Amino acid sequence: MSQETEFIPYIVESREDTGLYNAKLGIWLFLASEIMLFGSLFSAYILLRVGSFTWPVQSEIQNVAIGAINSVVLLSSSIFFIRAWVALKADDIVKYKKFMYLVILFAFIFLTLKGVEYYQHFSHGEFPKSSVFLGLYFLMTGLHALHIIGGILVNSYYAGPGLYLRAQNKQWFINRVEVAGLYWHFVDLVWIFLFSTLYLL
Amino acid sequence: MTFERLPFFIWAQLITAFLLLLAFPPLEGAAFLQLFDRLLGTSFFLPSGLFVNGHIYDVSGGGNALLWQHLFWFLGHPEVYVIILPALGIVTEIIACNTRKNVSGFDMMRYSVIFLGFLSFVVWSHHTYLTGMGTNITAFFQTTTMIISIPSIIIVSALFITLWGGSIRFNVPMLFALAFLPMFGFGGLTGLPLGLAATDIPLHDTYYVIGHFHYVVAPGVILGLFAGIYYWFPKATGRKMNEILGHLHFWPTLITMNLVFFPMLIQGLMGLNRRMYDGGATYTFNQGILHWNIVISWAAWTMAIAQIPFIFNFFYSMFNGEKVNSDNPWESATLEWATPTPPPHGNFTKPITVYREPYSYSLEGAPKDYSPQDQKEI
Repeated sequence: MSQETEFIPYIVESREDTGLYNAKLGIWLFLASEIMLFGSLFSAYILLRVGSFTWPVQSEIQNVAIGAINSVVLLSSSIFFIRAWVALKADDIVKYKKFMYLVILFAFIFLTLKGVEYYQHFSHGEFPKSSVFLGLYFLMTGLHALHIIGGILVNSYYAGPGLYLRAQNKQWFINRVEVAGLYWHFVDLVWIFLFSTLYLL
Repeated sequence: MTFERLPFFIWAQLITAFLLLLAFPPLEGAAFLQLFDRLLGTSFFLPSGLFVNGHIYDVSGGGNALLWQHLFWFLGHPEVYVIILPALGIVTEIIACNTRKNVSGFDMMRYSVIFLGFLSFVVWSHHTYLTGMGTNITAFFQTTTMIISIPSIIIVSALFITLWGGSIRFNVPMLFALAFLPMFGFGGLTGLPLGLAATDIPLHDTYYVIGHFHYVVAPGVILGLFAGIYYWFPKATGRKMNEILGHLHFWPTLITMNLVFFPMLIQGLMGLNRRMYDGGATYTFNQGILHWNIVISWAAWTMAIAQIPFIFNFFYSMFNGEKVNSDNPWESATLEWATPTPPPHGNFTKPITVYREPYSYSLEGAPKDYSPQDQKEI
């Protein structure tokens, strides 16, 4: 037990009344505010699309194939994260690291494919100011890509340097990884909504 | 400690925290849209074909100015509850302590503040009745606006009823708390005509709006905050603030505050518009009401002067005020008075157990007229 665990309660075990430890309560509150952030942008999309005179056929100017592959990539990385977490709980640190590296690798694949898509748009002369749809597209996917980058940073930390905590307190470290996983699943979920809204509808 | 035993101030702060957490991200979203407009040439907030100075305005178009209004007021309305709820909490603490009785309808007050928090997210478009968003939407938002007045009225009524039969101590924090009640009530009542679209159409953008808003946030919030400063000063410093200087601060502030904001309501009802470069002097119908500006100016300056006793009192009492002889000078029952004075890092020196409701005053069979929450025997 380190100094902090004795000082701050509910870092490791859950509170009786809420059934949550501190970090989990924190991440849910953070994700609630994230939902409001992306929710406002989806609302903006609806309002602008409903009020528009012309709207491009989205599937025609979008590369739906890359979008679909990207969805599979992100979903797979979410599954890898769960497997990493399960391995961590089973004390199999080699397997944990292996799956965490896969999570990070797939996140990079996602960003690369996203970059290819952006490049295709730019080379067709399609920029944010070309139309409201493209503006929203670049804004929402760009903001989502920022979240992916944030996730890569957090996941890389827990796959490598963050492991020092495990030596001090195993359960505390498992909790932290679980919280990082919740964030990662959220980013994944947002992409599913972005894909269906900005590519298919 | 259970949720039922939390004082109202803590409840108000909890709801405030949720409002801040959930209301700010949409403004953040609006800021991202704005960033794209400024840096990348999009126009999320400007439609195509705008005619400016005889030319079609060169923007990429397709935007909607209402989008900004919606995103902004989705933050803006919960934000006013962020401003007022802590003040309501402070006033509740002070009134319970200084009437020496439990707050009437404490349960109702808690449920009201939760309901208020929820509802504050569905009233935002009563700020945009005149944008042409359509009568159906207007009808929806004026209904929710009328509904949200109910929890506020419950809270203020509960505080008024608490006064009934209490042995009231008229110390300076209590004076501010007592002044808060009618002033906030007045601010709320003047809001009703603005919440109904039919009356909002003539009243919008007049000084009536400014009068209403400032009755809520100036006499409301600021009186509540002053009350809190006078009330918790002994806990923070170990010394009381001077009562005479407190009276010298309170009475002029209360009177001049009303002299500042009440004439605005009169001017607004007569049709004086805000945001006019000459203050509306070119309009004949304003000639009979513009002299109120002089009253407002004098009152505002007097109010500023009336803050000098407070500022002096604050710093003077910090070092030279009358020392309090216990950790609980107001004989309050809530937990903040169970800490040493001034509270050390971590507030409490030892773990505390809470045995009863927050406002345990004048309990039957108790030796004193207050029973602290952390004291086992009543």
